[in-house]
Amino acid sequence: MSITINGSVAELSGDPRVSLLDYLREHRQLHGTKKGCDQGACGACTVLVDGERILSCLALAVQYEGRSVTTIEGLGAGGALHPVQRAFIEHDGFQCGYCTPGQICSAVGMAEEVRRGVPSSVTADLTAETALTHDELRERMSGNLCRCSAYNGIVAAIQDALVEAVR
Amino acid sequence: MKPFTYARAVDAADAVRLSGAPDARYLGGGTNLVDLMRETIELPAALIDVTGLSSTIEERADGGLLIGAATKNTAVAEHRAVRSRYPALSRAILSGASGQIRNMATVGGNVMQRTRCAYFYDAAGSRCNKRDPGQGCDATDGFNRMHAILGTSPSCAATHASDMCVALAALDAIVHLSRASGERTLPLTDLHRLPGDRPDVETVLEPGELITAVELPALPLAKRSTYRKVRDRASYAFALVSVAAALEVRRGTVADVRLALGGVAPKPWRAWKAEEALRGQPATEESFRAAADVELAEARPLRDNGFKVELARRTITAVLSELNGARA
Repeated sequence: MSITINGSVAELSGDPRVSLLDYLREHRQLHGTKKGCDQGACGACTVLVDGERILSCLALAVQYEGRSVTTIEGLGAGGALHPVQRAFIEHDGFQCGYCTPGQICSAVGMAEEVRRGVPSSVTADLTAETALTHDELRERMSGNLCRCSAYNGIVAAIQDALVEAVR
Repeated sequence: MKPFTYARAVDAADAVRLSGAPDARYLGGGTNLVDLMRETIELPAALIDVTGLSSTIEERADGGLLIGAATKNTAVAEHRAVRSRYPALSRAILSGASGQIRNMATVGGNVMQRTRCAYFYDAAGSRCNKRDPGQGCDATDGFNRMHAILGTSPSCAATHASDMCVALAALDAIVHLSRASGERTLPLTDLHRLPGDRPDVETVLEPGELITAVELPALPLAKRSTYRKVRDRASYAFALVSVAAALEVRRGTVADVRLALGGVAPKPWRAWKAEEALRGQPATEESFRAAADVELAEARPLRDNGFKVELARRTITAVLSELNGARA
């Protein structure tokens, strides 16, 4: 039973109770992905599976056998930061930083959803093209809480890094 | 978490066969069940992963759609035919949970999700007839602002938490089921039970019976349908009141209507009485309000949730007025 983590193949735990979050943190020593609420309410544990954002705390690792997981540690290429990571630094998109890996992974997954035309609950016309406006961005990122309330910087960073990218 | 075995079903027959194990449960995206297991409210001995089953959305010869039960919520909401022919369903799904959760959650799992009543979740400190039948209910005389006003019983006033199911109820959806003795279909509105004196029995499904698909019948008026959710914050919160509706108006008269409510009942609440009251009436705000009153006449609020009666009345009226104003 294997799984790909940031491009490397790894063996899964034999215990089906292990969540993907605990597997990453405790078994693979990848501590970038954070455990916030551990009940699907905060988004701190967001990772990408085959490019789609999910909550690793509600995922049993065994369900993701054979899939490819990208965590915050695997987002950048060759030691360089991902453009969204750079934008968070540029726009001061954090205070304590605990929610940041989840925010960034979520933003990267969200951009892909916008690119392929997934609407949101604030999209006025479900049959029209999707544009990443300020309201759309905030709605689509509502699953990631920041208790320091650095939302202005977070939204600015994501807009800066992604609005061009999803066009 | 209590130890359990894990198996992946290769098809529906395999899943039904595997479900014969003691205390077996089907596992979809896990967004509700894994949480309930961690809270020791669900204690399955065996999980049967059914996420590998049908996840396709097929066009039916009659103009409807057949949605495989393992289809992810996002995939339903973004599907072109759903967006153009059943917009209420897209909007309902998109107003539920978060982007991450919608990418995990399956259609079948969404239908089978359990209530978020805080007393149901508080296994260590609260009485709950749904969790422990016959124990009593601490919500009835407790903090019950989020609770149901329609279809409740002295045993339970917990709401069904799904947004998707409210749209499915309004759109005449049919659930396809598989069990050892064969297959059957049921209207979604007949799948969930009202609590009565057995709130722990939430559906009419037999042990081991599996949801394999949800069918949307051809419904031309659904093209003009929508979903509105009223909640405590703008996003990522459960409904106080929600309304799914479709409306067909001819020469100023309501020719046909579909109406369902969320956040107010122990099951996705099809407003049959309001629909009956509306057909043939002038398509006016007065008619819409009167129909809402017919449906809400049997509301039985608890200490903290009386506001939902007026909120439901206003939301029904506003949504039907919006659909009436938007007609071509």
